[in-house]
Amino acid sequence: MLCMTALVVVYVRHLFSVVMLFGIYSLLSALIFVVLDAADVAFTEAAVGAGVSTVFMLATLVSTGRQEKAPAHSPLLPLAVVTVTGAALIWGTLDMPHFGDPGNPVHVHVADRYIQESPDEIGIPNMVTSVLASYRGYDTMGEVIVIFTALVGVLSLLGVRERRENPVHRTGERHSRPYPVLQVMALLLIPFILVFALYVQFHGDFGPGGGFQAGVIFAAAIILYTLTFGLDDATALLPVKLICMLAAAGVLLYGGTGVVSMLLGGNYLDYDVLAHDPVHGQHYGILVIELGVGITVSTVMIAIFLALVSRAERPR
Amino acid sequence: MIVDIISTALFMIGCLLGLTGAWGLLSFPDFYTRVHAASITDTLCAACFVSGLMLQTGWSLVTVKLLMVLLLLWLTSPASSHALVRAAHHAGLRAMTWSFLGDRS
Repeated sequence: MLCMTALVVVYVRHLFSVVMLFGIYSLLSALIFVVLDAADVAFTEAAVGAGVSTVFMLATLVSTGRQEKAPAHSPLLPLAVVTVTGAALIWGTLDMPHFGDPGNPVHVHVADRYIQESPDEIGIPNMVTSVLASYRGYDTMGEVIVIFTALVGVLSLLGVRERRENPVHRTGERHSRPYPVLQVMALLLIPFILVFALYVQFHGDFGPGGGFQAGVIFAAAIILYTLTFGLDDATALLPVKLICMLAAAGVLLYGGTGVVSMLLGGNYLDYDVLAHDPVHGQHYGILVIELGVGITVSTVMIAIFLALVSRAERPR
Repeated sequence: MIVDIISTALFMIGCLLGLTGAWGLLSFPDFYTRVHAASITDTLCAACFVSGLMLQTGWSLVTVKLLMVLLLLWLTSPASSHALVRAAHHAGLRAMTWSFLGDRS
């Protein structure tokens, strides 16, 4: 199924269909992750790959156009390069250990330690969260900074276009309701989406979830609001300046937790020292940095969406 | 036993509705009638399947979760069909008329 979807993506020239097929592709890979028992990854793939990135690509299509240009050069050279690279990669995988082999380096190096020690050291039921937020805290911080950098890049390249007309005119059009059914539906759904995002955020210690997924779901609620009520109401609700400040504050919260643990005498991002009991310290640390991740991810997603939409809606 | 029979019947009705929906989607003449076929299937087919599953699980937390899924589907799928049709209407797609039908036959 994945291969078929990918082939259709290559052959179809209509970009709108390609975006939809990419969404299907992401959902299929999320299903594969579910089959492999990786609920956290499946959750992220479904929320980010099938949800938000599809919305981003559609918003980009509004500015660019729906039809792919016919290639101007012969496809033989790229095809040869791709074939050689693919053959080399497959040849490289022949040296790798077999899938599921208990003698894999992955299984004999640190995984045992994580599985055996994390209930005692971290004390939270969801091992994925303890690995992600505590053992691999540096990597996750790098990911958050990558997302923040994406925001900086989008804002410096596109920017969120401000409304230029006189704001006095707004009082009249505010009462006009162009999409009554959808607006009622959105108002009905948004509170539940927000509550679900908070649940995913703070339940990440106990089940699948965490800052990344919660941030995307939170952003999805705001994006739904923007789609049904228009850009002006959305920026009135969440000013762009506030969004940017919150995105930076999330990264700062993450890095600041590390600095606090350093000031208290531990290593950077070593949560043991945050409370009298090391296990409690780990709990606090993971909660705080997940909050930082959630804030950054949601605000970055909202800001990128606003930047793309404002470009389409307010042409110069 | 009776519960099994009822839930199997619900599954069968759901399958039948899904098939009719797919058939309508493929064979109806224009966009609006196709959306009509698909959206009817969306709500009722899903309702049949989910309520059949609820009967299978018995009275537990899973039942409540399935009820939530059902409510979510009932809220979102008519709304998305509405959005689709509205977008098509906004883009200027004309609905099929009787004269069009007459030309075809």
